[in-house]
Amino acid sequence: MIRPLLLAAALLALILPQARADEDDTARAERWNDLKHAMFQDRKVQDGAGVITLDAPARALDAALVPITVTLLPGRTVKTVYLLVDGNPSPLAGTFHFGPAFDPASLSTRVRVDQYTLMHAVAETEDGQLFAAERFVKAAGGCSAPSGADAVEAAKRLGQMRLRVDAGPSHGTARAAELLISHPNNNGMQVDQISHLFIPARYIEDIKVTRGDALVFDLEADISLSEDPAIRFHFLPVGEGPLDVVVTDSTRAVFHRSFEVPAKSS
Amino acid sequence: MDRRSALRFCCATAALPFACRTAHAGIAPFPMEEVAAGIHVRRGIDQDASAANDDAIANLSFVIGADAVAVIDPGGSRTDGQRLRASIRAVTSLPIRYVVLSHVHPDHIFGASAFLPDQPRFVGHARLPHQLAERGSYYRQRLAAIVSTEEAGDFVMPDLLVENRAELDLGGRKLSVTAHPTAHTDNDLSLLDEQTATLFAADLLFIGRVPSLDGSLPGWLGEIERLKALPARLAVPGHGPVAAPWPACVADMQRYLATLAREIRAMIARGADIETAVETVGQSERDRWTLFDDYNGHNVTVAFKELEWE
Repeated sequence: MIRPLLLAAALLALILPQARADEDDTARAERWNDLKHAMFQDRKVQDGAGVITLDAPARALDAALVPITVTLLPGRTVKTVYLLVDGNPSPLAGTFHFGPAFDPASLSTRVRVDQYTLMHAVAETEDGQLFAAERFVKAAGGCSAPSGADAVEAAKRLGQMRLRVDAGPSHGTARAAELLISHPNNNGMQVDQISHLFIPARYIEDIKVTRGDALVFDLEADISLSEDPAIRFHFLPVGEGPLDVVVTDSTRAVFHRSFEVPAKSS
Repeated sequence: MDRRSALRFCCATAALPFACRTAHAGIAPFPMEEVAAGIHVRRGIDQDASAANDDAIANLSFVIGADAVAVIDPGGSRTDGQRLRASIRAVTSLPIRYVVLSHVHPDHIFGASAFLPDQPRFVGHARLPHQLAERGSYYRQRLAAIVSTEEAGDFVMPDLLVENRAELDLGGRKLSVTAHPTAHTDNDLSLLDEQTATLFAADLLFIGRVPSLDGSLPGWLGEIERLKALPARLAVPGHGPVAAPWPACVADMQRYLATLAREIRAMIARGADIETAVETVGQSERDRWTLFDDYNGHNVTVAFKELEWE
């Protein structure tokens, strides 16, 4: 069910005119309407106030690395969050599916932003309702921005991961963690240093974090995630043993790491 | 060659300096300072590019040898480059043999097209063509939107690439060029004039104006140490005064960059996120630099994503 949506978003990118920096509020609202329709067809997308918030800097300091944070407020059970960067060539940056070990406190990641654009985080509740939070971000050029790191160095550590779990509980029984994945996440818009040809797209398609039998989250990703994706999340004491992370990229390469969960300090 | 074309040829060559002056009648030279024998520097103003300043924000130099002239950064726009060329011609009629493009940033190199009539060698880091291929058109559009298409000009690809070292011979005077590993950018050149012990540090050295990081923070700190070992007594920074005593004048920048590295590493060690780092890192330096609020957050972001993989 999700793949057709991705496809729809990809098709949409071909059909819609490219967003421009000088696009006005009306044009941005129209873009969001079209995008909403492509993603959710005729389903109603409600105002997310009281359900979901989206934080992002008003002006990005680095268009290739724009930190965003989604907060899910208590009261509704959200099973999925869609992250959309409306003006990007492929607007759907990621779809988070949550499992029983996920704590909906806050969730952060980093995205590329290609134009002055609206961003949306859409929460889908267990009973199938949709709630959207919106932000406007001033940034440009993030999709074709050259990778910051030395490409040779970056290739050496491709697929490496780090996971850090905060020593103490962050709130209640939930614990905060940060996952870093070394991956160029090439979106096919960067140019090779030697050949001057476009580097073929090689990007992360899926990041799945589980503990024992319990899913924390499964992120279906796309080319709008930053190079070296980073995800901060909270998990509940459901499931046992280490946190398992499985990353699949668009070349079908699979990277798997298990991380012991350190004992709580208190 | 028939008589008429021969005549035209003679006119063309003999009248060239005059013709250029006429063609660029509206282009006035700007004041430059001779910081050492035969080394003239124009101070860039500590602003970002605007319609009012023609992107004349970087320091530009030219060096006169016995036979020829070298330009070290041709300016931030074609207009800026034309003025530099007029300033050179006000001092010497020797041929302009080299135009050095110190790194990819437009405020240093978009004046290059003003020097095309001189047919110089355009000198750049071996990685510069790649960076220009990636960013050049974007820079041109952005600059044209600020000044005008005509004034912005276009970027020029280097045709003398430096992988490690090179020497530029100006007749009785040699400039040694170093291509650096990733520091301010991944394509920085510096030059040393041994005759006057002058280092042209370009954007490896900022004085007064807050540095901008577009490469590697540890890399930059490492290259500063390497430059400090050079037999130079004077340095021309990419931004700041026309020249300052070397290596004393790098102390402030070294302290700023080391502060970023130390504070970001501490934040990463205690699990702080990049947004918190942007808010807090480097703030002790805030009153010491111009344009601090415009660049510090960007510097922290660039450094954070590098240092979190150490």
